[in-house]
Amino acid sequence: MRRLWLVSVAAALIAVSCEREARRYRDQPQAAVPPDGVRLTTLRPGGGNDIAVSREAPFSDNAQAMAEGKRLYSAFNCNGCHAMGGGSIGPPLMDDQWIYGDAPDQIYSTIVQGRPDGMPSFGGKIPDQQVWELVAYVRSMSGLAPFDVKPGRNDDIGARPSEARTPATGPRQTGHR
Amino acid sequence: MNPVDIQSALHPAGPQAAHIAWLWWLMLSVCAAVFVIVLAAMGVAVYRGRHHTGPPADEAAMRRAVSLATGATVVILIALLFASVWTGRAIAALGSPTPLDVEVTAAQWWWQVEYAAPQPSNRVTTANEIHLPIGRVVRVLLKSTDVIHSFWIPNLHGKVDLIPGRGNVIWLRADTAGTYRGQCAEFCGIQHAHMALTVIVEPEPQFEAWLVKERRAAEAPQTPEQQRGRDLVAHGSCALCHSVQGDGPSAHLGPDLTHFASRPTIAAGELENTPENLAAWLADPQRIKVGSRMPATGLRGDDLQAVVAYLEQLK
Repeated sequence: MRRLWLVSVAAALIAVSCEREARRYRDQPQAAVPPDGVRLTTLRPGGGNDIAVSREAPFSDNAQAMAEGKRLYSAFNCNGCHAMGGGSIGPPLMDDQWIYGDAPDQIYSTIVQGRPDGMPSFGGKIPDQQVWELVAYVRSMSGLAPFDVKPGRNDDIGARPSEARTPATGPRQTGHR
Repeated sequence: MNPVDIQSALHPAGPQAAHIAWLWWLMLSVCAAVFVIVLAAMGVAVYRGRHHTGPPADEAAMRRAVSLATGATVVILIALLFASVWTGRAIAALGSPTPLDVEVTAAQWWWQVEYAAPQPSNRVTTANEIHLPIGRVVRVLLKSTDVIHSFWIPNLHGKVDLIPGRGNVIWLRADTAGTYRGQCAEFCGIQHAHMALTVIVEPEPQFEAWLVKERRAAEAPQTPEQQRGRDLVAHGSCALCHSVQGDGPSAHLGPDLTHFASRPTIAAGELENTPENLAAWLADPQRIKVGSRMPATGLRGDDLQAVVAYLEQLK
């Protein structure tokens, strides 16, 4: 009985950990924009219930996708404006200030559509799969990624520590806007 | 040449590989001879032990035999050590005050090859192919952008690692014309085994002509279909990683495509460079080379045909 219990716990752990380490090279997530568009605010005229913002996103539970996102963050020159999260020309990404929302689909839309005052539109340039990988990494910068998903090490030889070696919650500070 | 000999340390195409092959044959023959002699002596001993009837062997004679065998072992090992050191020195002796400078940068899982030139506009950048003139000393600077790789063209030389943040140097000379195959020789990730380099050794005039051709900007598209392909490459997702010298995109994450059609292979030796293979590669790179940094482009139908038509005229 005790052995059966141990085996089922181990099986459950394996089932969960598979998702974290799964290398989903051929996934083709769709542009997950709902029919009525991504909402950037929970405010509604006339009050009423908060509109639920989607929290489901491809790759949000995948360490390898997050590591890929980290590589692409520099490769596609996100750090040219946002630096390594501290911001320079663009706003910082490692604080808790989100001008256009912190939900995965909101960040997705920000990357794909672009935003006023300098954020270019990468729609049609970055394939959807890679946008979602970037979303996973950008969310991890401000501590929004679950700790059990963060990669334990970098895929490349790099100067920066891996996500799992940074604090569980990112530094909370006020952005420059 | 036999197809398997294009990647073989036993078919040297240069002086250094010849030294290495010589050392290999020397060690193989000496060790084989020692092995045969030891087994023969053991066989004789077993046979004579069975049929021995006289008095037991003389103690002094046995001591002499053991001393002789130990002495021979030490002498042979020291001789092989000297041969090895001499080979190392002979390999390292290759040098030249005016070498051809080539810079090889390894990335997961392909090779970038650059030919230095005093004038920056004369630099030549290509990928997964390295052209070498016959008889000219080449200094190859080895770099890596991500993890440790190893540069190995068995027909020309031994291995040297490419290490991120560090420049290693290997000196080469190729004396026999032909096409050889280089290969990453340090495990570097899921597609390590599919990280090949085509080596083309050719006479100096042909090499110079190739360099001149490579320095030119990309061929302009001729047909409307090729023009459409050019627009897709320049304004679509290709532009974030690839470059086409002239009027194309200029990113440097993936292989330079300026003279893509003149290269023998696609994806670091993975596929022969034909329009059919290129279409298959563009449609689903992750089926052909799982884990490759090339994402699925999403190109379909006429768009895919147009991009193939454009890339295949980049001679």
